[in-house]
Amino acid sequence: MTKVSILQFPGTNCEYDTQYAFERLGAKTEILWHKDESIPSDTDLLVIAGGFSYGDYLRSGAIARFSPIMKAVEAYAKNGGKVLGICNGFQVLTEARLLPGALKRNESLHFLSKHHHLKVVNNDNIFLKELSNNDVVNIPIAHHDGNYFIDADGLKELEANNQILLKYSDAKGNILNPNGSVESIAGICNKEKNVFGLMPHPERAMESILGSEDGIKMLQGFFKA
Amino acid sequence: MKAIVNVSLKAGVLDSQGKAVHHALDSLHFNGVEDVRVGKQIILKLDETDKDKAMADVTKMCEELLANTVIEDYEIELV
Repeated sequence: MTKVSILQFPGTNCEYDTQYAFERLGAKTEILWHKDESIPSDTDLLVIAGGFSYGDYLRSGAIARFSPIMKAVEAYAKNGGKVLGICNGFQVLTEARLLPGALKRNESLHFLSKHHHLKVVNNDNIFLKELSNNDVVNIPIAHHDGNYFIDADGLKELEANNQILLKYSDAKGNILNPNGSVESIAGICNKEKNVFGLMPHPERAMESILGSEDGIKMLQGFFKA
Repeated sequence: MKAIVNVSLKAGVLDSQGKAVHHALDSLHFNGVEDVRVGKQIILKLDETDKDKAMADVTKMCEELLANTVIEDYEIELV
């Protein structure tokens, strides 16, 4: 059985939704408090859940990055362990330099909370392998600081290594830009393809009665060999 | 001694808040403003008395935490 460990900082608020989503897919889950200093050895996937860790003080994710558990997260990622950061988790991963770039205030300065379509850009990774390139999924976004920034050299590297996972689009896959992100980027991975980050919330798209179950196809990738 | 740290987005990184403030100033008819950048100021009270040491310490603080050098620049003033 797949074991998913989910990080909880003061201010995290998506840990139980994330737990529910992964349990629905048949995983065993455990929530790890940020003061823990190790990751359970049976962990197959480590998730940094969304929310507002430390009230987003200073910068989103900046303080969480120095929590005791983060040393273990860095070691886990560097050993090839699979890490997924959703929303605030993505911000924490960029602050920790486990993913390149940074997330700035949305260009409109508005907090955006709505369903948004995303286009799959690269599926040659464990996360999105259940989807095809150019597939469109409908996933909620809920963020104030989702404006992905990377410099021109960094962008070239992301493109050359197929590290761009998802871009914001309309239902037909035409690229849109709700928050000012460079190249409309909604999610990326590291060069080694074991650390993933995205602003949208697949764990909130698990049931059609709530608007979309496209999150299932995304999160399932971690379960199938 | 005190360290005053000013953190702002790097030149070339779009400052949406600065743009919005600029726009608001325009609507108030303050027409002579060429550009607006919004940043933040962090004031640290230090027990260090050696200026060079203080500068080295605060620089390290900026690099590790106070600024995100991917998108931000910082300036340190010791008083």
